[in-house]
Amino acid sequence: MTEIDAVPRDRLSHARTWHWILAGALALACIASLQVGATDVALSTMLAKLAKGEALSQMERVVLFDIRLPRLVMGVLVGAALAVSGAAMQGLFRNPLADPGIVGVGAGAGLGAILAIVLGALLPVWMIDLTGNQLVPFAAFLGGWGSTLLLYRVSTRHGRTSVATMLLAGIALGALAGALSGILVYIADDRQLRDLTFWGLGSLAGASWAKVLSAGPLILLSISAALMLGRGLNGLALGEATAAHIGIDVQRMKSIAILAVAGATGAAVAVSGGIGFIGIVVPHLLRLASGPDHRTLLLNSALLGAILLILADVIARVVIAPAELPIGIVTAVLGAPVFLWILLKRRGLVEL
Amino acid sequence: MSLTANNIRVSYGKREALRGVSLTALPGEVTAIVGPNGSGKSTLLGAITASLPFHGRVGLNGRDIGTLKPWDLAAQRAVLPQASRLAFPFTVVEVVRLGLQSGTAGDRPEVPMQALARVGLAHYANRTFQELSGGEAQRVMLARVLAQVWAPVEHGEPRWLLLDEPVSSLDIGHQLQVMEILRDFARAGGGVVAVMHDLNLTALSADRVAVLAEGQRLAFGAPGEVLTDDILSRAYGCALRVSAPPPETIPYILPHAASAQKEPACV
Repeated sequence: MTEIDAVPRDRLSHARTWHWILAGALALACIASLQVGATDVALSTMLAKLAKGEALSQMERVVLFDIRLPRLVMGVLVGAALAVSGAAMQGLFRNPLADPGIVGVGAGAGLGAILAIVLGALLPVWMIDLTGNQLVPFAAFLGGWGSTLLLYRVSTRHGRTSVATMLLAGIALGALAGALSGILVYIADDRQLRDLTFWGLGSLAGASWAKVLSAGPLILLSISAALMLGRGLNGLALGEATAAHIGIDVQRMKSIAILAVAGATGAAVAVSGGIGFIGIVVPHLLRLASGPDHRTLLLNSALLGAILLILADVIARVVIAPAELPIGIVTAVLGAPVFLWILLKRRGLVEL
Repeated sequence: MSLTANNIRVSYGKREALRGVSLTALPGEVTAIVGPNGSGKSTLLGAITASLPFHGRVGLNGRDIGTLKPWDLAAQRAVLPQASRLAFPFTVVEVVRLGLQSGTAGDRPEVPMQALARVGLAHYANRTFQELSGGEAQRVMLARVLAQVWAPVEHGEPRWLLLDEPVSSLDIGHQLQVMEILRDFARAGGGVVAVMHDLNLTALSADRVAVLAEGQRLAFGAPGEVLTDDILSRAYGCALRVSAPPPETIPYILPHAASAQKEPACV
């Protein structure tokens, strides 16, 4: 028998120190986001004014509290939501390439949102009153939930998920959702078309406190639910049967994961359109940095996702100022090469 | 305090894979399940581990497993599947810790390294699981399972190791080592049920053997009673000769002395 000579590496506590590092980085990113913008208004001058006891001008107040702050809060929420749903979905599908945007969940959620925008007025009045400004995120959540369920049913047989089936089913699902969305766009009136166009740009530009309030609760609820899945997703890495053998209530865990992914993705898509690749890049970088343990990966993903989206938003705002780039373009330019890189470098994992 | 399978029936579609098999495994013993390919060995283990739907009753330490929650079951028995795939690049010691967290020794952080040392892989602790060879991966999974039920007896109740072909990808040295680990676990009061392919290892290590054929139990008893020319030839559908080396009563089966010709009795 071999003597115990190796000291086991403790990646878990290493990953826990990352919680603090990323939280600090997120604070810095938030400050940067408030500081930078199309106007001359800067956080530093305003803070200096406040320190001297001077009142802020009307414009400064509007820029800071009604434009940049809700945009920042929404960026944090959406970035965290996309990254956590990516990590949870990859754990659920046991595959590092599963991402709500790529496998059609985003498209399903988008279909839900478009349905609500175009046909929402046809709902009975009591339903409109009941859902209020939550209708679009809620419909997006339903769309995301339906597509995640369908995707899991199609691509999983006897507890094993086929990657090929998952990606192909995602393409089919995306195409179907796109076609249905097209029909809805066709029958939409002018005002609805305007709503759809702004929504479809995939941008934080339309951020307002109303949107933050409409998507925030669902996102926070979904992220909190996902954060409790760490141990279950770790077990699921061994396959469904073994996960059950080590004491995990697999069915319950899968249902929570699917609901959390649908809720976070749906709400994020509803307020910001299709922002891709955050869900795949963030968990992948974190796995490289601190290992695949989901007990820390999920929270770290939320933090890094928020950081990346805020920074991407700052880039989107400054590169062609005073106009701005849709943030989806920035994340795709940064994210698509990483996706390809995973495919090339980690072929062994992809074949799982 | 035993593991009982009572009249287990399993169907895959219209095909009946198990047609009413019963089995009682006792703590302190290694119980082996043998039989030809497709005889229902793994299916029987699947029913005992509640991994697949079945008719019948499985009792673990006097309780019906259908009434136990997954975490209660996990505290009493650990299961080694035939092949293990792992989705993310966990290190070897992290995989073993997954077993530790699900058992009742979770407050003993030294257990994973001890379990790895037990299977001779302590020096592999920081390797990525995906880098391992098939045999090494199987031993790491055994270490994970051992960590889950680290104490063979706890609160006066035996713990169980349920293993599907635990030595299938191992060389002869490691086969013997793993069987010795299982024997030690049983000697310390735990229960072991293993699906086995190698009849000689079974004869060497098992206290009790169940022979399955075509979804039914052909024989059940001590290796000396069960591993006979007649039973094995009927089960495997070819003429097998069981021999015993002079000083011992451990039977062995020499493939050299076998023929693929069908026994007239087993048609």
